[in-house]
Amino acid sequence: MRLLSLVGHSVPIFWLGLMGLIIFYAWLGWVGGSGRVDIFYLDAVPRRTGMLLVDSLLAGDWDVFVSAFRHIILPALLLGYSSMAYISRMTRSFMLDQLGQEYVTTARVKGLSRRRVVWGHAFRNVLVQLATIVAISYGGLLEGAVLTETVFAWPGFGQYLTTALMIGDMNAVLACTLIVGLVFICLNLITDLLYRFLDPRTR
Amino acid sequence: MTVQSFERSAPLRSWLLAEAPESGFQAWSQSFYLAWLRLAGNPLAVLGVIVLLAAWIATHSPFEQVLAERLQRPSAAHWLGTDELGRDVFSRIVYGARTTLYIVGLVAVIVGPIGLCIGATAGYLGGWVEALLMRITDIFLSFPSLILALAFVSALGPSLDNAIIAIALSSWPGIARLARAETLTIRSSDYVDAVRVMGASTPRIIFKHVMPMCLPSVVVRVTLSMASVALTAAGLGFLGLGAQPPTPEWGAMLSTARQYLLEHWYLAAMPGLAILTVSLAFNLFGDGLRDMLNPRS
Repeated sequence: MRLLSLVGHSVPIFWLGLMGLIIFYAWLGWVGGSGRVDIFYLDAVPRRTGMLLVDSLLAGDWDVFVSAFRHIILPALLLGYSSMAYISRMTRSFMLDQLGQEYVTTARVKGLSRRRVVWGHAFRNVLVQLATIVAISYGGLLEGAVLTETVFAWPGFGQYLTTALMIGDMNAVLACTLIVGLVFICLNLITDLLYRFLDPRTR
Repeated sequence: MTVQSFERSAPLRSWLLAEAPESGFQAWSQSFYLAWLRLAGNPLAVLGVIVLLAAWIATHSPFEQVLAERLQRPSAAHWLGTDELGRDVFSRIVYGARTTLYIVGLVAVIVGPIGLCIGATAGYLGGWVEALLMRITDIFLSFPSLILALAFVSALGPSLDNAIIAIALSSWPGIARLARAETLTIRSSDYVDAVRVMGASTPRIIFKHVMPMCLPSVVVRVTLSMASVALTAAGLGFLGLGAQPPTPEWGAMLSTARQYLLEHWYLAAMPGLAILTVSLAFNLFGDGLRDMLNPRS
């Protein structure tokens, strides 16, 4: 587990994407290639929410749904892996920190079961710090999305940012950067609000 | 042979492990030796050091183009094959290690002192100086590092040196924050009060008495952030904003290999493995260093 999260923390996500494309698309044929959906199904369903998975379900078009799912699964998994690695790594160190504290020993001595101490006592305290980490890792997701969208040729925010960079469109670059910053700040705000629920001391 | 060398080094060893050191120099050497033993006892940390130092042997010139031998599979002549211009991939990866370590090293050299100075100054002085410096830090922290680096590179123009500046600009805030947190705990300690009563000036206290105490945790933090610097550098290169061709750089190599992905997968696999190895090495090295310097363990 530790190795898995260490590798996930160290691996370049765009390389993982390329390797994923080779193995699961070119060799095994389990998933779709680049883009959001097979070219054959492009514009096949009416656009309602903008999310292909939801749109195709609303239209009752099963083929489009499957194709869209096959396209989204690999980038989503890879993006999730890198951020999962970060979160699990931090959780481990927080948890070790908490388990070394005296109240854990006290609870064990009182005769509480190991599971209860770990999940009821230590994990409750970890949760507070974990909220911050999850918020930060969302920033990592945004940054990973820039590279993942380039690898998988998704017409998204990151793709727009990189093309703007290439042609030197500074206004677009500035706007994208500011939006990312804004999202990040909002997330931090939400985390701070979450503290109130997770940590009784801040109430 | 090994027995002999062991016997010869035995007095040195007993000198290094003596219960009561006789001189300051011996005490200093002992603490250094014990720290080294602890680092060497961590196999992952040793692996990290080896990987960092091993990349100096190339079989070909990284720029030599042989168009007749383009896109070859790995063979005895070209250990990892050749790229789209007939250049030896193995040599380019070896030289690419230089580019990456150049970026990582320069960023670390720039970022460490800046972060340390700003953090220690803010933490020690407090008041409006702290508010000002920490708000600036927060502004930089409110962007993911790669996106901030992208914005800086696009403003400065794509080149290797600008990539270094951009990465440095986006990675100092974390270190400044850490240094400030360390300083806050040091500031109220008795020895700082004692130095102040003795009449030391504020800059002297910050540079001579506060900063050295922050140094261990900052060094660990810089080492750990070197891993993400290597990743960011590769990401910039991949997007075409880092090192410019024909400089061998792993991210840029990956980016060109993308065009030949389906027929020549190893072209893309090898530079990525190199990035992974270096990033992993820095992470392991940082972890080992942290275990070594952590006073609690």
